[in-house]
Amino acid sequence: MSENLSNKNEPSNLGSKSLRLGKTSTRVIEHYVAPLEETPLAAVDKVEEGGAPLSLWAEAWRNLRKQPLFIISALLIVLVVVVAIFPQWFASVSPTSCTLNDSAEGPRPGHPLGFTLQGCDVYARMIHGTRASLTVGIFTTIGVLIIGGIMGALAGYYGGWLDNILARLTDVFFALPLILGAIIINQLPLFRDNKSVWTVVIALVTFGWPQIARITRGAVIENRSSDYVTASKALGLSPFGALVKHVLPNSLAPIIVVASISLGTFIVAEATLSFLGLGLPPGVMSWGNDISDAQPQVRNNPAVLLWPAAALSVTVLSFIMLGDALRDALDPKARKR
Amino acid sequence: MIGLSGSNMNKSPRPAAPGIDDVPLLEIRDLAITFDTQGGEVHAVRNAHLTVMPGETVAIVGESGSGKSTTALAAIGLLPSNGRVSGGQIIFDGEDITHASEKRIIELRGNSIGMVPQDPMSNLNPVWKIGFQVKETLKANGLAGSNSKERVAEVLAEAGLPDAAVRAKQYPHEFSGGMRQRALIAIGLACRPRLLIADEPTSALDVTVQGQILDHLDRMTTELNTAVLLITHDLGLAAERAEKLVVMYKGQVVESGPALEILRNPRHPYTQRLVNSAPSLASKRLQSGKAREALAAAAAATTVEVREPADVRKMEAVAHEGELSSHKKPAGRGETILEIKNLTKVFKLRGSLGKSTDFKAVDNVSFSVKRGTTMAIVGESGSGKSTVAQMALSLLAPTEGSILFDGVEVNTLKGKALFDFRRRVQPIFQDPYGSLDPMFNIYRTIEEPLKIHKIGNAKSREKKVRELLDQVSMPSSTMQRFPNELSGGQRQRIAIARALALNPDVIICDEAVSALDVLVQAQVLNLLNELQEELGLTYLFITHDLAVVRQIADDVSVMQHGRLVEQATTDEVFNNPQQQYTQDLLSAIPGAQLLI
Repeated sequence: MSENLSNKNEPSNLGSKSLRLGKTSTRVIEHYVAPLEETPLAAVDKVEEGGAPLSLWAEAWRNLRKQPLFIISALLIVLVVVVAIFPQWFASVSPTSCTLNDSAEGPRPGHPLGFTLQGCDVYARMIHGTRASLTVGIFTTIGVLIIGGIMGALAGYYGGWLDNILARLTDVFFALPLILGAIIINQLPLFRDNKSVWTVVIALVTFGWPQIARITRGAVIENRSSDYVTASKALGLSPFGALVKHVLPNSLAPIIVVASISLGTFIVAEATLSFLGLGLPPGVMSWGNDISDAQPQVRNNPAVLLWPAAALSVTVLSFIMLGDALRDALDPKARKR
Repeated sequence: MIGLSGSNMNKSPRPAAPGIDDVPLLEIRDLAITFDTQGGEVHAVRNAHLTVMPGETVAIVGESGSGKSTTALAAIGLLPSNGRVSGGQIIFDGEDITHASEKRIIELRGNSIGMVPQDPMSNLNPVWKIGFQVKETLKANGLAGSNSKERVAEVLAEAGLPDAAVRAKQYPHEFSGGMRQRALIAIGLACRPRLLIADEPTSALDVTVQGQILDHLDRMTTELNTAVLLITHDLGLAAERAEKLVVMYKGQVVESGPALEILRNPRHPYTQRLVNSAPSLASKRLQSGKAREALAAAAAATTVEVREPADVRKMEAVAHEGELSSHKKPAGRGETILEIKNLTKVFKLRGSLGKSTDFKAVDNVSFSVKRGTTMAIVGESGSGKSTVAQMALSLLAPTEGSILFDGVEVNTLKGKALFDFRRRVQPIFQDPYGSLDPMFNIYRTIEEPLKIHKIGNAKSREKKVRELLDQVSMPSSTMQRFPNELSGGQRQRIAIARALALNPDVIICDEAVSALDVLVQAQVLNLLNELQEELGLTYLFITHDLAVVRQIADDVSVMQHGRLVEQATTDEVFNNPQQQYTQDLLSAIPGAQLLI
């Protein structure tokens, strides 16, 4: 649509010899000049030299430190991680020395949360179950980041047919529910016979990566056409070099946010699978297994089910809260000065 | 105080509207506006005062962040939610509306105070037809009536939209930028307001369209006797369109008065700076440091002092060192370094059902650039000038034609040869916020080219980065800073330092100063000019702004619709333009005809 269209009902000023010489008013207009001391003249575009330099991460950290949401979730996560690494610091009783004498007994000194039907200490099992759940969560997230990150980055950066293939593949996996897919994988003979933390991780990674792939692809597409990428290519950097050095680091923020939130959901997925008897083998202590074991007794001894469930909820909630806090702190829009 | 320029001073009221003419329509007294931000209170405007008489055009001029828009927005009660009027008075037509109720302000908006916003692209709702959006305004002010359709068409036609009845049924995306701005003007004036606030109404438009629209706005507001409060960063434009100028600096009014008088006789040092560096008023090419110093004595204090003379000398010393350590050829000024022959670029536009149509972005363009000189490519948006730059940088393959750099065909370069070519031709881009990686600190940014080309070791690279920062007059303490901590002009200086790191022969500036404030723009142009003189650089300068061309270029190529329409030395183009299009471009430079 050309601007010439609009010239129909007005004579174009261009080309015609009408000069725009400015307007003079018939009124008297006072010429006011502010005293110089009121607005001292600064040098043009002066460089401010005060203050410490701030990278994206340093600035995010400065914002995060003041956020209660972040402080609470970070403390809880640190606690959970410490419990997972050193469960013996928190529970002196062995979770596996169970006697049927204590079956379904209530709390008593040394056993603050009572006993399971098998006579095991509920508190000790809850503490020792942390490791399996957290291991699955962390390793699944790492696996998902590697696979989804690579797929999304390649698809987004190179585009074209590669993007078409990878994006459709992502869609196919995205259409399959995480739990349903993992159930099917875990029922394959190879997985069923070798149940361990790692089979659960593999099953969850297989169906968990599309989300990260999508986020990465979006972030990479947003950044690949920036001027700084063009500039680095003009400096002689190879396209792949530009992807690794410029595009990926700038795409990290949304990926980290989604990863921390999905870490929580992977822990839930592990618990669900274990609950269904398809996750961790019965010998491995995990919250999911404990919840599953406690299920028949939920009416006469609900505490046995509630404690591992509470531990699960708090852990998942902390990761999701952390993700939310990070989302605010790493928001690129909030960073423009 | 300007506030005094009221009734008793008005000796010759206009015959058109006697009586009401001598009372100020809008009077702002000692206005202070405060924003509550995370970092505490920010006093965006302090002690501002201005008066708009009925039918008068007043322009507020200032750089970004000077508080000019904030002042105007306060008058119509549209301050952002964290901003508030913390002092002073806003008096509209005798009524104090400083702290008027929301209801009262809404009553005033539209039929008493109209507004034309800045960005025509984002200020129309894309899901509603243009006509609906005009009708909305009429309805809100109770002016729709029974024949609202005809009224809408009338209003649009007044704003200069042809076939208004048909256009009213179209959506914003079917309009060009200029037509959208006309629609916004139609909306702003639909209810016959007595005051129209126009916030940078044409900054986003091409210069010829800008001229047409402002002419039309002028005519309409004169007919309707509407007062206009024009907000602009362009001193030339302001002086051409307004009777009165208000110059703002750091939230304060530093000077105000009759437009032409301020232009001819600026009294506040800030205004003097502005007038001196307004590109549209400049009439000659920038002089290099030495030449300028010689001239400076004669021309007294009127030259823009960007750098202290001591700094200039220091820079020269650095430059000499740079020449010694570099691998540079004995620079033979005047020989052709970049030659572009019959360059054509065809883009395939995706049509419906897999069909594609060809779009010739660049059509048979030829020109050559001599070493040590500046060739400017001028054109409006869509003229293909940036595509030429991309091809000259070998970032885009031409469809036809050849690009010879130092006698070597660029298109066919591969591997090592292309890598070496990259070292000798560097770009500087338009957007200072986009061209530096936000994750890299300044040191890494400038070091990157050296690292890519494996030049020197960590220690020598650091020395080089320091030298480069010094060359672009940035303190070396900026090395550890990140781009978001610097202003636009400072980032552009960093981008220049990065481009210089490899001692290139040619720098391709794609609208390198278009996004900068006038004073900063002048500073960067001066810097580029000094560097050219010292390092014998060749510039290919892509711009839409002929005024900038005048300051920096030796030769000009004018492009229109992908074709080269005129090519000559800068003086020839400015003094004796051959083509109608070039003449149009020249006469559209705001303030060009003010003859100061």
